Amino acid sequence: MNTTNDQNEEIDFSKAEAILDEYEGVHGALIPVLQKIQGAYGYLQEPVINLVAERMNMSASEIVGVATFYAQFHLKPRGVHIIKVCCGTACHVKGAPNIVGKFSEVLDVPVGSTTEDKLFTLEEVACIGACSLAPVAMIDEDVHGKLGPDNVPSIVEEVK
Amino acid sequence: MAKKINRSVRRKSAAKGTKIMIGMGTCGLGAGAKGVLESINEGLKKQKLSVDIVPIGCIGLCTQEVLVDVIIPGRTRVTYKNVGQDLVPQILEEHVRDGNVVKKHALSQMHYGDNSCTPYKDLPFFDELEVNKSQLKYVTGNCGIIDPDSIDEYIAQGGYLALKKVISTMTPEQVVNEVSKSGLRGRGGGGFSAGWKWGSTAKYDSAEKYIICNADEGDPGAFMDRSLLEGDPHAVLEGMIIAGYAIKASAGYLYVRAEYPLAVKRLRHTIAEAEKRNFLGENILQSGYNFHLAVKEGAGAFVCGESTALQFSIEGKRGMPRTRPPQSVEAGLWDKPTCLNNVETFANVPLILNRGASWFSSIGTENSKGTKIFSLTGKIKQAGLVEVPMGTTIRDIVFSMGGGIQKRKRFKAVQIGGPSGGCIPESLLDSPVDFESLKQAGAMMGSGSFVVVDETTCMVDMARFFLDFCAKESCGKCPPCRIGTTLMLEILNRITNGEGEEKDLDLLEQMCDEVRTMSLCGLGQSAPNPVKSTIRYFRDEYISHIRDKVCPTATCVALHRYEIVPDKCTKCLLCVKNCPVEAITGSRQEEVFLHKDKCIKCNLCYEKCNFMAIK
Ligand SMILES: Cc1cc2nc3c(=O)[nH]c(=O)nc-3n(C[C@H](O)[C@H](O)[C@H](O)COP(=O)(O)O)c2cc1C
Ligand code: FES
Repeated sequence: MNTTNDQNEEIDFSKAEAILDEYEGVHGALIPVLQKIQGAYGYLQEPVINLVAERMNMSASEIVGVATFYAQFHLKPRGVHIIKVCCGTACHVKGAPNIVGKFSEVLDVPVGSTTEDKLFTLEEVACIGACSLAPVAMIDEDVHGKLGPDNVPSIVEEVK
Repeated sequence: MAKKINRSVRRKSAAKGTKIMIGMGTCGLGAGAKGVLESINEGLKKQKLSVDIVPIGCIGLCTQEVLVDVIIPGRTRVTYKNVGQDLVPQILEEHVRDGNVVKKHALSQMHYGDNSCTPYKDLPFFDELEVNKSQLKYVTGNCGIIDPDSIDEYIAQGGYLALKKVISTMTPEQVVNEVSKSGLRGRGGGGFSAGWKWGSTAKYDSAEKYIICNADEGDPGAFMDRSLLEGDPHAVLEGMIIAGYAIKASAGYLYVRAEYPLAVKRLRHTIAEAEKRNFLGENILQSGYNFHLAVKEGAGAFVCGESTALQFSIEGKRGMPRTRPPQSVEAGLWDKPTCLNNVETFANVPLILNRGASWFSSIGTENSKGTKIFSLTGKIKQAGLVEVPMGTTIRDIVFSMGGGIQKRKRFKAVQIGGPSGGCIPESLLDSPVDFESLKQAGAMMGSGSFVVVDETTCMVDMARFFLDFCAKESCGKCPPCRIGTTLMLEILNRITNGEGEEKDLDLLEQMCDEVRTMSLCGLGQSAPNPVKSTIRYFRDEYISHIRDKVCPTATCVALHRYEIVPDKCTKCLLCVKNCPVEAITGSRQEEVFLHKDKCIKCNLCYEKCNFMAIK
């Protein structure tokens, strides 16, 4: 099995092994296992998926099938900070498209991708439940409400 | 974090009883509650005041967040609105230290515990506020009032009494009967009878049976379930435990949307607390009834709100709906009988068993009993949560509770029920909200999102928005949904790009029917609703996009002509300053003019204009 990922870094499997130990024999544990692994490694890398497949006695393709079905899972590395701009209904009617556009302009990346310095990933999300503060963006764990295109640059600076 | 601070403050506490409560639901946090909390802690330290700080959930007045409540022993509880960090010192000095309300920033007062505390003069009571007058806060009664992390506070409000009553005095059949008699219908969308569902699950004999709480809340623009889970999680748990008793379930799951990390954290804590008190777990309250609950986090797929897809997702598979029968009540999760209800449905259960089915069915309309929580958002003055008796008119909700439309604009429509629902135009504002009336009007109760739009919103763009959502979220299993929504979206994209043709409307209507009738699950079956209802009520707007290539609200960028509308132009000259190619000229004295030969259609002027004076 491979022990380096696509950036040729050594992978430490011990965290994945510990997570798999915790869910040993638990019915239907694939999704929580993948969630925890993504939490530990940032994304789902091929060697780790292979390990999960082996330990859970499934085919790797089945796991990739599940991982690609859900928006939460990522097969590519992401930035240090994740910016999720809400594009739910309430935010849409309050001008979310302009906010997304502004983030994209300020960070100089299209939606769904990561800046070259690997600092930010820009994503769209369908509602984070703070609709009354629309338009809204979530940066890492923090919700920023009542946004306008004009306060986007300062928010990005603040996070840096 | 908040909890830790809370404890450290409590240790120093000398004069007992003064409390500061701060709204730390997702909406409060978004409005800056963390910073306010820090300022409060700093201020208390500086002033050497000892006070308990309690983070609470959402009381429904989201536009007024951050909300901070102050309780001084013997006096009513005072709520401050729109508290920023700068306001904190004043509240601490004048109210917490000296006992005088800062009137200018106080919203209201309320009694707590018994009604013996002394009210302040000239401050309205919470229930007297215009927004609350016609509301009936039963299900949301504890939200934003009690500390959601404290099981004792829930118990003090009568929590777990219903469970005790059920376990000690009722048989499972009696519980099912009571819920059937109450007329409670599922709050997750379809409005299916909860009693019937429980009864059917109870009928099947199996050592393993499951209760599932659907907390996926996929409708973008809805946050009722989130507020309940963050504000009064024990009520949902109690409802589930009672349901488990009624159908003789062995275990239950709460399937919570991935985007609600706070709700997940709170539920895990709530479950642990309930287990400690033996309301949950083995041999509940010495009755021999065992019931276990676990939280499952969703992973970001709208279709997983559909009940069969949700069950596959819990099983660790791709969340794709399946054909029925068998119904879930017969063979659901792991092929065992499963009863799946929405968060709000469960939260109604303790109320029904405490107060009785006939009390519950005395609220509401003929066929829709009880109250319904709506999340009121969009171009409305006062966004937030409202709980009203079924049958309240849409007008009441939008204008009395929501305070009407922002910025003196005109009401245009309200989208009810999200991507599965439809738009209700001004002419139907007096329709009551109940399951049947909404369906008749072409909308749907759905989850209960109320997104209000004004005259500046393009209805064709709204339809396109929802279809885009459904097409992206379609699981792809059945072709009518996967291909149908994509093709419909293509047509709508054409129309909003100015490439629509006369025949498109007929084609759209025909496809609406086809996708609705042929799709496998509710996602595809209801995806055409927003398109259908906008064509039904706003046909003119479609026609002007198609025939005249004009978007009446100037929302659809591709149709912009880049002309100044003299009636609306205030000569603020923002566009002149911002135009990168100097295509706009004008001054305070002269007319503003846009030179089309120079314009590069970058749209900056349109975005900058505050008066819709560029079309
Ligand atoms: C595409 C789709 C998404 C749904 N999303 C939700 C949801 O987010 N929350 C919910 O409670 N019900 C949702 N439902 C409805 C559920 O399938 C189910 O009818 C409901 O949860 C049953 O609970 P109730 O009887 O208490 O309403 C959805 C249905 C479909 C077809
Ligand atoms: S629609 Fe943006 S937070 Fe709900």
